[in-house]
Amino acid sequence: MSDSTATRANVYDVRPKTEVPAESPLAWSYHTSGRPSVSQKSRVVLRERAMAGHMILRGGAIVLDEAVRGVLGFGLPARPNTLSLSDDGARSIQWLSPDEWLVIVPGGEEFTLERQLREALGDAHYAIVNVSGGQTLLELEGDKARELLMKSTPYDVHPDAFPVGKGVTTVFAKANLILRRPTETRWELVLRRSFADYCYRWLLDAGAEYAIGVEK
Amino acid sequence: MSKSLKQPNRLKEGGRIDRSRKLSFTFNGQRYQGHAGDTLASALLANGVDIVNRSFKYSRPRGIVAAGAEEPNALIQLGSTEAAQVPNVRATQQALFDGLVARSTNGWPNVQHDLMGWVGKVGGRFMPPGFYYKTFMAPASMWMTYEKYIRKSAGLGRSPMERDPDSYDHLNQHCDLLVIGAGPAGLAAALTAARSGARVILADEQEEMGGSLLDSRELVDNQPAAQWAERVLKELAGLDNVTLLARTTANGYHDHHFVTLHERRTEHLGETAPLVNGHRPSRSRMHRVRAGQVLLATGAHERPLVYGNNDLPGNLLAGAVSTYIRRYGVVPGHKLVLSTSNDYAYRAALDWLDAGREVVAIVDARPAPNGEWVEQARARGIRIIEGAAVLEAKGASRVNGARVATIDAGAFKVTGQAETLDCDTIASSGGYSPVIHLASHTGARPTWNEEILGFVPSLVKGVHAAGSARGIHDLAAGMADGVAMAAQALEALNRPVQAIELPQVEARREGAACALYQIPHEKPTLRAPKQFVDLQNDVTAAGIELATREGFESIEHVKRYTAMGFGTDQGKLGNINGMAIAARCLNRSIPEVGTTVFRPNYTPVTFGAIVGRHCRELFDPERYTALHQWHVENGAEFEDVGQWKRPWYFPQTVNGKKESMHEAVARECLAVREKVGILDASTLGKIDIQGPDAREFLNRVYTNKWLKLEVGRVRYGLMCKDDGMLMDDGTTSCLGENHFLMTTTTGGAAGVLEWLELWHQTEWPELDVTFTSVTDHWATMTVTGPEARKLLAEITDIDLDRSAFKFMDWREGNVAGVPARVFRISFTGELAYEINVQANYAMHVWKTLFEHGDKYGLTPYGTETMHVLRAEKGFIIAGQDSDGSVTPEDLGMQWAVGYDKPYSWIGKRALSRSDTRRTDRKQLVGLKPKDPTVVLEEGAQIVFDPDHAIPMPMVGHVTSSYYSPTLGSGFALAVVKGGHQRMGETVYLPMADGKTHAAEIVGTIFYDPKGERQNV
Amino acid sequence: MFHIYCPYCEELREEEEFHPKGEAHIVRPKDPEACTDEEWGDYLFFRDNPRGIHHELWVHAVGCRKFFNVTRNTVTYEILETYKIGERPTVTAEHLAGGDKQGNVQVASGGQQTVGASGAAVASVKGERA
Repeated sequence: MSDSTATRANVYDVRPKTEVPAESPLAWSYHTSGRPSVSQKSRVVLRERAMAGHMILRGGAIVLDEAVRGVLGFGLPARPNTLSLSDDGARSIQWLSPDEWLVIVPGGEEFTLERQLREALGDAHYAIVNVSGGQTLLELEGDKARELLMKSTPYDVHPDAFPVGKGVTTVFAKANLILRRPTETRWELVLRRSFADYCYRWLLDAGAEYAIGVEK
Repeated sequence: MSKSLKQPNRLKEGGRIDRSRKLSFTFNGQRYQGHAGDTLASALLANGVDIVNRSFKYSRPRGIVAAGAEEPNALIQLGSTEAAQVPNVRATQQALFDGLVARSTNGWPNVQHDLMGWVGKVGGRFMPPGFYYKTFMAPASMWMTYEKYIRKSAGLGRSPMERDPDSYDHLNQHCDLLVIGAGPAGLAAALTAARSGARVILADEQEEMGGSLLDSRELVDNQPAAQWAERVLKELAGLDNVTLLARTTANGYHDHHFVTLHERRTEHLGETAPLVNGHRPSRSRMHRVRAGQVLLATGAHERPLVYGNNDLPGNLLAGAVSTYIRRYGVVPGHKLVLSTSNDYAYRAALDWLDAGREVVAIVDARPAPNGEWVEQARARGIRIIEGAAVLEAKGASRVNGARVATIDAGAFKVTGQAETLDCDTIASSGGYSPVIHLASHTGARPTWNEEILGFVPSLVKGVHAAGSARGIHDLAAGMADGVAMAAQALEALNRPVQAIELPQVEARREGAACALYQIPHEKPTLRAPKQFVDLQNDVTAAGIELATREGFESIEHVKRYTAMGFGTDQGKLGNINGMAIAARCLNRSIPEVGTTVFRPNYTPVTFGAIVGRHCRELFDPERYTALHQWHVENGAEFEDVGQWKRPWYFPQTVNGKKESMHEAVARECLAVREKVGILDASTLGKIDIQGPDAREFLNRVYTNKWLKLEVGRVRYGLMCKDDGMLMDDGTTSCLGENHFLMTTTTGGAAGVLEWLELWHQTEWPELDVTFTSVTDHWATMTVTGPEARKLLAEITDIDLDRSAFKFMDWREGNVAGVPARVFRISFTGELAYEINVQANYAMHVWKTLFEHGDKYGLTPYGTETMHVLRAEKGFIIAGQDSDGSVTPEDLGMQWAVGYDKPYSWIGKRALSRSDTRRTDRKQLVGLKPKDPTVVLEEGAQIVFDPDHAIPMPMVGHVTSSYYSPTLGSGFALAVVKGGHQRMGETVYLPMADGKTHAAEIVGTIFYDPKGERQNV
Repeated sequence: MFHIYCPYCEELREEEEFHPKGEAHIVRPKDPEACTDEEWGDYLFFRDNPRGIHHELWVHAVGCRKFFNVTRNTVTYEILETYKIGERPTVTAEHLAGGDKQGNVQVASGGQQTVGASGAAVASVKGERA
């Protein structure tokens, strides 16, 4: 599984080899708060992209950029508070701080990715941390999505201030999250596991007047 | 026929109301009718309702004075049901809706026959400021009794006692330019900015935007002024970059152009929000606006004149008279006397005449007024009494006369013989005070402008004022000023300015106003009929005069002595008059006296709007672990630990009866000591630390040594602040040479991560190390008790042999088929394994443990049992047994302090300060109550000598205390002065109920002192 | 509610995202063991409270998690600049006092502690690192 005694870091595949039931951070929320169905009236639609691979990259931008280009085929975002995406949009890298990025890949790719990156990075100063169990990703769409966000975050979500390709860590209700806008019509919320239920209930409450629906 | 009977003061035509829509409402139990477009105030006046309230202190009858936010009297209580009660709504700001139910906020038993009225009448002269306190204070013990009745008859409104059926919310807004006020200046400014492409928000507190344009006599582009407003608003409404917010009051101007706007979204539609598509929209909304620049076009408030009995119903502001006539088609009386210091107020008399009612006289304080409107009034045959003023209103429950005489305002003297004019309405105008409240919120002190006889706002960077708000009252000039100030704001934003063409407004010749505040009376102020300055707080000119005589010279002190400008009023009508009177009494000028500070909120804001959605289930975030559902389904009682919901204990039903907490905890404790228990420890803070300097960093932030910790080993560490006081504790495991996993207390997680970053970023940036929170990524399950090994062995491939997997080791392997890191650390004193798995798989692992755990008596336990077990072992909780004033040595934990580490780690130097070396510091000890059935109270104070006279010297307190089912007695941890040297001594704990407990000082470890049970 | 420019995120953010961390440029003495109790006490406990220009340490807690410095006028609450750790302020009370003096701004000590601190303590604290 790993070679913790031989290497400097404990590299660790957290995913079971066999089929084991897994629960997203919103499992309890779906159970207790339900999932209002999407209807013609729904002007906001919510969708969870559960069980994705979430990794934190720490280190110098130049070294990491070269490594991720080699492994993922696209580089780090060039500017603070921006995203870079793979051509198919399935993989993304987001600037979190001058030496920190969030990589989100389809679930199951994260361990291989970590190994490949560590190999590519060699002796460079960097850190890679798998945080997949600690967060989940929600997609928000609909013509009232922006207004719903205005109810929730003090960050300016006007298209002039929040163009496509932007991503920020900010306040959401009384919690924090990562807010991103990968496409013209879609917003993404990256929620911390322990706050996910609170954020979900907030979204349903604030979205009720837009007949918010949750896709399964 | 009946219609006109029902609304005797409603004009046959005119106004902006919709006469086709009749609305019925009740006020103080009486049914009335009004029209769509009415405010409650205009509808009450239309129906000839004179008395709308009783005054706050003197219980005098009061009527409507104003037409806007500055109304001091018509504070009403809304709501037909208990849940719908809303206190202190200004009738002038409440749109009429069908079925509206309102009452006066004051008046007991009712507003017409008020019991407290006699106090105001009989005691009137003898009720100076401070009357209630001075009169009812003795004996002091009776104040509570008096107060109950005084409050019942005085005071303002009441809160609902039932749950509010409505919802409220917040909307975060951002704009380049926020324009506050949609009158002539505001509209011109908003249009200028909007056409330049800037993001503009235009907010206005009234039902309809347009401000003074809606009731102006003047023509704009040769049409009624309101039509220009409508044109501009239509254009603004069509622009994407403009947000129009009507019924929205800018209440508070906070730092860096953060302005809160209170939008009343459905209050004009009904007492609860109507259903829209099966959903109730929020009743009101707080817009939290972050603006680049702000333009205040808040207009001006007319100042009433201060004369005798100026509070009788039938005394109105001159401008309000015009507003009611022109905007609502309501003329609030039959025979008008106008008392004025300026030309502009003449419009009230002209409007009154146009409405077909009698103007008895205009009493103008100026010797020879000659402006255009003055000439018009003369030409229409109105009697103008020059150099005179109304000295006193006559009447009981409504004005029935006005005593008028010539005066010398400068000498503050009545110069002529008074004449009594027969009238039912007195309108007065002493000039116009710019609304400077919002500018004052920014901390800028306003400055007195002698030319306009008013304070104008001082402005901090990024704030602009236009039009009447800065004393430019002329219509054409105000519009031009709006354009100019918008251009100024746009320049500051580096935006190109697109000039707009201004409409044509006919110039009007206006004579100069004179300075006039309090009108002299034949009698001295203290003996004259009451001359009110602040109607809402019942502050009179005599009160202010008395305050200055009693030595209050600062206007801020006068304010507090008299209550002038307090509370919901915020001095809108009375402040300038009050200052002028204080200035006269103190022989100073108004600017020398200065103004008081206006504070948020400009008008009252309902708590609902302040709270928004942050209430009920969404009051505060609740953080859940990955196992929360299991805890709920297994009957856990929860404890709040920070924002986390942690299982507190798991009561079971035994013989049909649910266990008490005591019973459940006793059962859980014994299960861990005798068999095996399981705890959800996922809330512990977890920080992943990587980098070649990780070890050196740990060595500096922990008190103990880290350089030699091997991969596969775990160590407990103490973290101090640089003052040597314990901050947090926890275990850190060496995952790889350059890779560690730190755990923190549940409550300390965020603080510790920030602490590590602080030292790394500001003191030791040369260390190559990174910190990442993995608290949420890993779920942690503690399996502990003598049977723990056997249970875990059934579902793991890790070698659990005691020689292969020792105490304070960690190993990785599969648990229930899920990759896991397992740590052999113990917070219970028993054999224990902490299993960490990726949180998405935690429920599977937890359930699998229970599938195998039955035969071993596996028992879930919560935080209470955890506390008992750890305290029996003397394991501290940072933040409970320590409080920021406790060193590791005070805790007796010298074993965890690396005195000889080469780097002067955080906290080390402080441990050799003279204060930290004192031998009489409070030190952590165990306490054994002499009576084993006693469980000491946590927080109870400790004394050495229970017979010492009170106050007894307190020498410490209990930090943790529980009943131990294992020991069969109560036990406690406590800090006691010099406690480490006092083993075996007896201390005492005097309790609030008079009992005194005795306890023996013992060591902190009550169970298994050698630690043999965890090391098996 | 302040509006604070984060020098790392390179944009203005709401105050809700930040935590204030007290006076800036408090440098830990390089050799704590060589400090007298008084000097160590000064480092630990004594801070400026100027009326006017104040240099403060803040952290962008809900954001990039970076610490940085803020020069703020404690009278007007105006933020005059923000700058990264390791950088020096360009706006100081001395600099304002020398040239275009601002009304009511008291000359503070440029971020170094002075209130209650002995001369020796100041000397030992100053000049180690920015």
